[in-house]
Amino acid sequence: MVLLTLLAAITIGIVRMRNLFGVVVLGGIYSFLMASVMIVLDAVDVAMTEASVGAGISTVLMLGALSLTKTEESVPKHLPLLPVFVAVATGAVLVFGTFALPPFGVAETPMNTHVAPYYLQNSIPDTSIPNVVTSVLSSYRGFDTLGETTVIFTAGIAVLMLLKGKRHIKPGPKRRRVSR
Amino acid sequence: MILAAATLAVLVALLLGVIRALRGPTVFDRVLAANAIGTGAIMLLALIGFLTGRPEFLDIGILYALLNIIGTLAVLKFFRYGDLSHPGGKEPGDA
Repeated sequence: MVLLTLLAAITIGIVRMRNLFGVVVLGGIYSFLMASVMIVLDAVDVAMTEASVGAGISTVLMLGALSLTKTEESVPKHLPLLPVFVAVATGAVLVFGTFALPPFGVAETPMNTHVAPYYLQNSIPDTSIPNVVTSVLSSYRGFDTLGETTVIFTAGIAVLMLLKGKRHIKPGPKRRRVSR
Repeated sequence: MILAAATLAVLVALLLGVIRALRGPTVFDRVLAANAIGTGAIMLLALIGFLTGRPEFLDIGILYALLNIIGTLAVLKFFRYGDLSHPGGKEPGDA
């Protein structure tokens, strides 16, 4: 509860702040608080992802983007009524969706009775991997994980190609033909 | 009992850090507050691990500490050189 209040305070601070550098720092704080909330909810792996991606990599990437632009955010000309309406409507729909969820940590929900007992009983005879989560991710759903890895690999190659093309054009005084 | 009291104290410390991050007049206050909140999150992680009887959370706390350093270093380098790809070494004022 305290952590969620702090999260809300940080969010309001991010929205109100005009200095983008401070916004990046506040974003890192937000990620650490969010990771703490995940830990309190007993989702340690999600918390670890949040801390590494949100507080570590995102801060570095946002700073890299900040060095390409200016540091002060310009004041918007008109009131953003339509985005506010869309955000509030989406939030209301999400809150409405949580009413149908089962209470936190109940053992009889479909999520815990459908395939989880099978994995818990058979993962060691099937795969002989001691960690059940690892066996589900890399053995039972191996093709799924392979697809995710392919997507991320392709995205990384695309980003590398974009950066490389820019570096070849930029240093020359005139636009001349790029030679490798 | 003492663990719960310590958790409460860490939560209060997080609250103070957030206040400083929101009010801090300069960027350095915010960077320091971010660093302190990162440390507080690590402490909270370790305390919750011991409260729920799983001291393995300490390993994750070590990982958090490493990540916290990356973010702070990036922020400080950006502030010094204005560019993350600067090789470092020389000060910008040097000849």
